[in-house]
Amino acid sequence: MVAHLVRLKLALLRNSLRRSPMQLVGIIFGAAYGLFILVMLWIGMALLSTQDASLAALVITLGGSAVLLGWLLIPVLASGVDMTLDPARFTTYAIPMRSLLVGLALSSFVGVPAAVTLLASLGTVVAWWRHPLAAGAAVVCAVLAVLTCIVASRAMTAASMSLAASRRFKDVSGIVLLAPLVCLGPIIAGVSTGVTNLRAYLPALAGTLSWTPLGAVWAVPGDLAAGSPGTAAAKFLVALATAAALAWLWKASLAQALVTPAYNAGKSRAAGNTGFFRRFPGTPTGAVAARALTYWFRDPRYSAGLVIGFLLPVVLSFAGISAGTLSVLGYAGSLAVFLIVWSISADISYDNTAFALHVSSGVGGFADRAGRALACALLAVPLGAVYAIAGAILGGNWWHLPGTLALVLGVAGSGLGIASVFSAQFTYNVPLPGDSPLKSRPGNNLATVLVQLAGMAGMAVLVLPEAVLVIVALATGQILWAWLALAAALVLGALFLVLGLRLGGRIYDRRAPELLLAVSRNA
Amino acid sequence: MPDSLLNDTPPPGPPPALALRGLAKTFGPKVAVNGINLDVPAGSFYGLVGPNGAGKTTSLSMATGLLRPDAGAVWVHGINVWEQPLEAKRLMGILPDGVRLFDRLSGEQLVTYAGLLRGMDRDTVAERVADLLATLDLAKDAGTLVVDYSAGMTKKIALASALIHAPRLLVLDEPFESVDPISAANIRDILDGYVASGGTVIVSSHVMDLVQRMCDHVAVIAAGNVLAAGTVDEVRSGESLEDRFVALVGGRNHSTGLQWLRTS
Repeated sequence: MVAHLVRLKLALLRNSLRRSPMQLVGIIFGAAYGLFILVMLWIGMALLSTQDASLAALVITLGGSAVLLGWLLIPVLASGVDMTLDPARFTTYAIPMRSLLVGLALSSFVGVPAAVTLLASLGTVVAWWRHPLAAGAAVVCAVLAVLTCIVASRAMTAASMSLAASRRFKDVSGIVLLAPLVCLGPIIAGVSTGVTNLRAYLPALAGTLSWTPLGAVWAVPGDLAAGSPGTAAAKFLVALATAAALAWLWKASLAQALVTPAYNAGKSRAAGNTGFFRRFPGTPTGAVAARALTYWFRDPRYSAGLVIGFLLPVVLSFAGISAGTLSVLGYAGSLAVFLIVWSISADISYDNTAFALHVSSGVGGFADRAGRALACALLAVPLGAVYAIAGAILGGNWWHLPGTLALVLGVAGSGLGIASVFSAQFTYNVPLPGDSPLKSRPGNNLATVLVQLAGMAGMAVLVLPEAVLVIVALATGQILWAWLALAAALVLGALFLVLGLRLGGRIYDRRAPELLLAVSRNA
Repeated sequence: MPDSLLNDTPPPGPPPALALRGLAKTFGPKVAVNGINLDVPAGSFYGLVGPNGAGKTTSLSMATGLLRPDAGAVWVHGINVWEQPLEAKRLMGILPDGVRLFDRLSGEQLVTYAGLLRGMDRDTVAERVADLLATLDLAKDAGTLVVDYSAGMTKKIALASALIHAPRLLVLDEPFESVDPISAANIRDILDGYVASGGTVIVSSHVMDLVQRMCDHVAVIAAGNVLAAGTVDEVRSGESLEDRFVALVGGRNHSTGLQWLRTS
């Protein structure tokens, strides 16, 4: 039975590779990246072995704790990342609990992350080659550590199974994961400035961690090398107890999960609140706008774009802080507008087959285009304006405001216009409704990438007049040019928006059934 | 075969609720619908039966303007669906099968959306939404997001979206799938009342019993062809509809079956 489960995991891996060459490319890249990290790590360990043993102990304890923490948290936050051996799928088979546990644990080793972790953990042995006793212990501890990692992640998956089945949890966790990813730059910058203070703090942190379940298993060889076998033995006991406790937790929650199917009891709510539908005019355009705006807040695929658009200027202005001016925030605002506005170029792909309602109700192309653009503009333009004004206030310089506003309005108008045309003409493979916004779908070929690039290039051309005027204003220092840019943005933005809605509407009217067919292929 | 079935003109006389002529669709090498002709008389309760993959959904999608046919024409009450789509779609209410809904809306929002999309005024929409939700027993879940609905509730809210504009022709693809018996009875009552008041209903199903009890007309479709069409009594000619269907479609397995499965 154990062998069956491992073979099943292998078969799943092989079949997923067979499905598309892109998957193969993905796993090759993943493996290459893992291999690169591994080699760097081994070199690092070899270097550490020439240093003082206490430094090696410090680095390995801290790094190891981080790895274990990662194994604990990632499966919960990125739900659905790898549920191929989802325990819930085994409910209907009468598999003895012991075989299931061992089989699931061993099958977890099949895959890039587990293999990398195992090889990296064994790499720590290199750091101890001058202390034979510690090196021997390091082999045992490395295997125990990897087992702990895998059991920990499995225990978390099993324990959160009922939680992960709830839609709200899935929606929120995807976006929560996104924020730190976007902010990675500033976080690294912040950490590196604080690292000078950290130098004094790190040994204390490592000392504490080495007694906790996170760090104990990694600290044992260090203590042996330092010549305190008593401490080492105590920490090894902590490590063993950790693994045993996690295994017990896993078994208990798996047993629980196998007999309680995931059930999602939502609260039922009565009628009376139609939300945005009350605020928009009772026309087809208004209805489409109300629906689209509701989705910007309720569908994680849209909200994720909103979060990224919101955070990006902040991230970029960190570069501005070091340059000594925050006026860059105003200019970065138009980038946020660009991101949000361009995302509706895939609007019909995001609708997926729900788009059938638009086709069957015979809603006019212009109304469909205008409604979607209106909802997007209501989010993008105020956001851009807020950043423009915030840049002026924080930078202490209102001189930039006309120019930054010109870029916001120009990008919004032209971008919405061209996105309205593109979304009527092209569909893409996007995450399906209900999927995590981070999930990438195979099947986007070179042609779709080229289409996206063409759209962005077209948009750049349309915004060129405003951009040139703003650059002239910045170069000459004469604000007149910025005001001219604002005037150009108002005129050209409005013009391109109307033209885009018209043309997009005409294409939509002609191609609505073909669009529906195209998105059904992605269903 | 009468002449009107051979050329692409609407049949003479008072127009049927739905007329298909030479409707065909191929997907790659697979012929999904093989040039079918069908007349659905106004005021009839019409059943469309066929095995899985027979081309029911493809035919209905082409008839309702969701899927462009390779060849052939469709008229709804004399209006050509593919030449005057807006006028034709105004007359039709559609419940497609296997299609997602805008499920991040609440049930109430979704039906309101369907009404407003068709250009109805807000007060009429609000009034009809309340009626529909009450009749379909969804009032207490009206504010719940459709994504959190059960399969049966999802079918019912989709049906409400198809009814909101009071169409003259209802096209329902598998309307009773995963609907509980009580809701199914309620839906049947609504449909019976609708037909009695002059509306036309087309349902596709593979539950023969249901079609025999509910419908007055039936067409049997298999492998993209209409094998038989007419009133239910004509088509079944004395047998039960199920037996007649099996005789028409064929493919029953007359082996002795799974010997080892027998417990004695």
